[in-house]
Amino acid sequence: MRIATMRATVVAVGMLGLLDACGSSGSGAGAATTTATTPGATAVCKSTTQNPGYKNGLTKQPNQATSLSGAGSTFVNSMMSVWTAAYASAGGVQVAYQSIGSGAGIKQVQAGTVDFGDSDAYMKDADIALAKGPVLQVPLVLAPVVVTYNVTGVASGLKLDGETIGKIFAGKITSWDDPAIKSENPKVTLPSEPIATVHRSDGSGTTDIFTDFLTKESPTWVTALGGATQSRGKTVAWPNGIGGKGNDGVSGAVGQTEGAIGYVELGYALTQHLPYANVKNKSGAFIEPCNQTVLAATNGVTYPVDLRFDLTDASDPQAYPITGTTWALIYQNQTDAAKAAALINFFSWVLTTGQDMTSAVNYQPLGKDLQQKCIDQLKKMTLNGQPIVP
Amino acid sequence: MTAQAGVDVPVVRPQGRATRWLGGDGAFRVAVTACSAVVLVTIVAMVIFLLVQGFDAMRHYGFFSFLTTARWAPSEATATSSSPNPYGILQFIYGTLITSLIAMILAVPVAVSVALYITNFAPLRLRRGLSSLVDLLAAVPSVVYGFWGIFALLPALKPIGGFLASTLGKVPVIGVAFSGPYFGYSYFAAGVVLAIMVLPIIAAVCREIFATTAGSWKEAATALGATRWEVAMVAVYRPSRTGILGASILGLGRALGETIAVTMVIGNYVLSINKSILGQGATMSSVIANEFTEAVEPFHLQALFVVGFWLLVVALVVNIIARRIVAAQAAL
Amino acid sequence: MTSLAIEIEAYAAKRRRRSAAATTGLVIVMVGVLAVLAWVLLYVAVQGFSALTPSFFVSNPPGNPSAVGGGFANGILGSLIVVGLAALIAIPLGILAAIYLAEYGRGRWSNAVGFFTDVLIGIPTIVTGAFVYSVWVIHFGFSGFAGSLALAIVMLPLIVRTTTQMLKLVPDSLREASLALGASKRKTVTRIVLPAALPGIITGLMLAVARAMGETAPLLLTALGNDLFTEANPGKRMSTLSLQIFDNAISGFKSGQARAWAGALTLVAIVLVLTFAARFFARRSRVAQ
Repeated sequence: MRIATMRATVVAVGMLGLLDACGSSGSGAGAATTTATTPGATAVCKSTTQNPGYKNGLTKQPNQATSLSGAGSTFVNSMMSVWTAAYASAGGVQVAYQSIGSGAGIKQVQAGTVDFGDSDAYMKDADIALAKGPVLQVPLVLAPVVVTYNVTGVASGLKLDGETIGKIFAGKITSWDDPAIKSENPKVTLPSEPIATVHRSDGSGTTDIFTDFLTKESPTWVTALGGATQSRGKTVAWPNGIGGKGNDGVSGAVGQTEGAIGYVELGYALTQHLPYANVKNKSGAFIEPCNQTVLAATNGVTYPVDLRFDLTDASDPQAYPITGTTWALIYQNQTDAAKAAALINFFSWVLTTGQDMTSAVNYQPLGKDLQQKCIDQLKKMTLNGQPIVP
Repeated sequence: MTAQAGVDVPVVRPQGRATRWLGGDGAFRVAVTACSAVVLVTIVAMVIFLLVQGFDAMRHYGFFSFLTTARWAPSEATATSSSPNPYGILQFIYGTLITSLIAMILAVPVAVSVALYITNFAPLRLRRGLSSLVDLLAAVPSVVYGFWGIFALLPALKPIGGFLASTLGKVPVIGVAFSGPYFGYSYFAAGVVLAIMVLPIIAAVCREIFATTAGSWKEAATALGATRWEVAMVAVYRPSRTGILGASILGLGRALGETIAVTMVIGNYVLSINKSILGQGATMSSVIANEFTEAVEPFHLQALFVVGFWLLVVALVVNIIARRIVAAQAAL
Repeated sequence: MTSLAIEIEAYAAKRRRRSAAATTGLVIVMVGVLAVLAWVLLYVAVQGFSALTPSFFVSNPPGNPSAVGGGFANGILGSLIVVGLAALIAIPLGILAAIYLAEYGRGRWSNAVGFFTDVLIGIPTIVTGAFVYSVWVIHFGFSGFAGSLALAIVMLPLIVRTTTQMLKLVPDSLREASLALGASKRKTVTRIVLPAALPGIITGLMLAVARAMGETAPLLLTALGNDLFTEANPGKRMSTLSLQIFDNAISGFKSGQARAWAGALTLVAIVLVLTFAARFFARRSRVAQ
């Protein structure tokens, strides 16, 4: 009798498994809703990427300074730490980078108190006007801004679209079991926990990327903030929530607070074992942030001459919609020969050898044509009016 | 402490040696007088420099608009428009006051009780040890209090906050001040940390006051058959009430200015006043600490100097009042 | 016994019970306060010791913030330099000002100085930092020296107050004897009074240094911090132990938090050692409190 029951159970389970497989492939093909797991994105993330192995660096300049100081974005901090440590053991030049936020980085560049700055929000014309001269903005690396959360009982796999995220951060959705979230995640048991939004309390390029995406995808967000000029920026008038300092402050607050949701660069979520959401992109698919989907966001982008562009809400079907880059901010006309040489050598190294180190820390290397444009941008550096690299 | 200042140089001076005396002495005297001026010069300079740095913003937006607006939105500032003032600081004033109020409500009764116990009830052998231990609370640096606050205090306060939200939060009129949800980072948590930090200051001053009340009063009360508690109340506590007030205001002065520990547990919500003490907020000092080094918007840095100026004014006023009261009590 | 006597006795017993209850209540409050102190110190000790490694004092934070290990060597060095410079500025100024208040001062000026010294103690240190920013950093940039200036302003009133108290406690007989023997006032103060008060003065100095070591807020706006590299030049941005604890405490990296706990334990230990040493000196002082 018991053996018969066991056999029946096994058969039943097997049949359920078959039904499930039939069901998902059925809904995957040409279904109107995209609530089922889109097989494409996650599978894409599992494939391996190659290191680009760029060889087009600029010739090494002699008589370089022994140290450089930089400050800015926390978004790039993990990457910059790896770069500066590796560069110091390779080239012997100490690059001291202080991660104080993109806003502060821009300010230090304007004041001329650092040799270079770094920001995930490019300097606008008004920012450059306050600087001491024209500024070269050189993208260094790509990375996604992930929507990380701390919800009881939800270990991973939450799906959110731009409008829902916008409503959450605007304070219109206040509980995790809200129907809007439930409809995108039918298979997930959402607790009736209140949502604690976590944002950046400092001037942040990460905020700029994130709010750019929200401005493009969430009309509720734009209305709540009072228009498209107010709803995007390094700082915005957050209507609620906890403020954290730096990417690490936000990830710290999310990790500490049950029911929290925040936005951080991917590396921070991964190293702190925080789950992050699959976000719906412009083509309607829920995309997992990873190397491949970030690179897909750069497909078909034409880069302007001054290299100031946005990568959010890209049109590629595999693109992760909250992708960004970070710009090194260097004065075009240098006055100190040793510092200029050191800057060229360091950033040339970053754009070539450095690109091979990115995937290991969950950043993505620049694509081929963007990387070439960055090298060309570096060539524009002059010393007292004379070009440095011939 | 009641000893006089040094005895003056004798009136009769021999000739000859006098000039050498006065020469060396005079230079020294000038030097020490100059050094004593440093304190006053510093305070005056602080007021002037902060005012000057914030002047542009005050002229652009109007002197009082900062105090009457409760909306801080630097992203809305432009170089030309001057109304409405995007740098309203009323919510920071509110944050400073409410966290200090919570700290006072929690700390003053405890500090007075502790001081009373040490001076009147504790066994003689233990008095110095207990005093030292309470003073140790003041030795812990602010950043360590903030750190401990995040990881030890916030989880411990969670049930209390939840309880407040579910009980007082439902009461009709005052309920809005206790409404949830409670996420840990809050005015309330900052108030509790502040209470622990100002407790030793209030207790130390109260100890001084209680210890120096006239022993004859205590003896008289005891002789009349008063119990220990009655002696403490009648002969020690009641005559010292002014001094306790002074000590509390001293503690308040410290609570108003505390920055780092508050920044770490208050949640840093700067847009407007959060009506619930269980919600996130910011204080005058925490907003300066958070936004100072990267204030790139038009008039942002100047607005932070305006915040600093008002914080200085409040701290000066409170400390001056406190010192006067404590001095008056000590003179009794 | 008459019924009145019984009533009086009953009332007296009630008062005694009330006194006993009140005493118990006070004891409970006292124990509660001590429990909070123990909670704070023990929590820091437990977390700090479990994160403390031998390399903590000699190595800098690792390049990758999520990597385990490393330490706050640059912060400890920075703290020593910044606080050391601040002490060099504040101690001579403070002692001279205290000599004025104790030996020369009389009248409205010295009353004002004494009063405002006490007021300066209560000024928020973030305001001090903003002041030094507007005076120094705007023109010369962020530097360890700017941090020292801010800390000197924090230390100065503390030194002035304790030194003044100690000097006033030196008995006049010493001064009178010295003057009677023909010494000038300057010599009397510097050779006789000051050495007599020295242990007590050192107490005050140590407490001021302990306070300065723990300060973070003014350094946020002046020294700015320098996370990864050792910087010994006070003309440049410097890290201090307190700044590093702050940066790592609010970060989400567990390894960074661990380093911060080790740092917090170190900082508390330094402050406690200074405090206890100060008290030891105070007890040894010939002019007993």
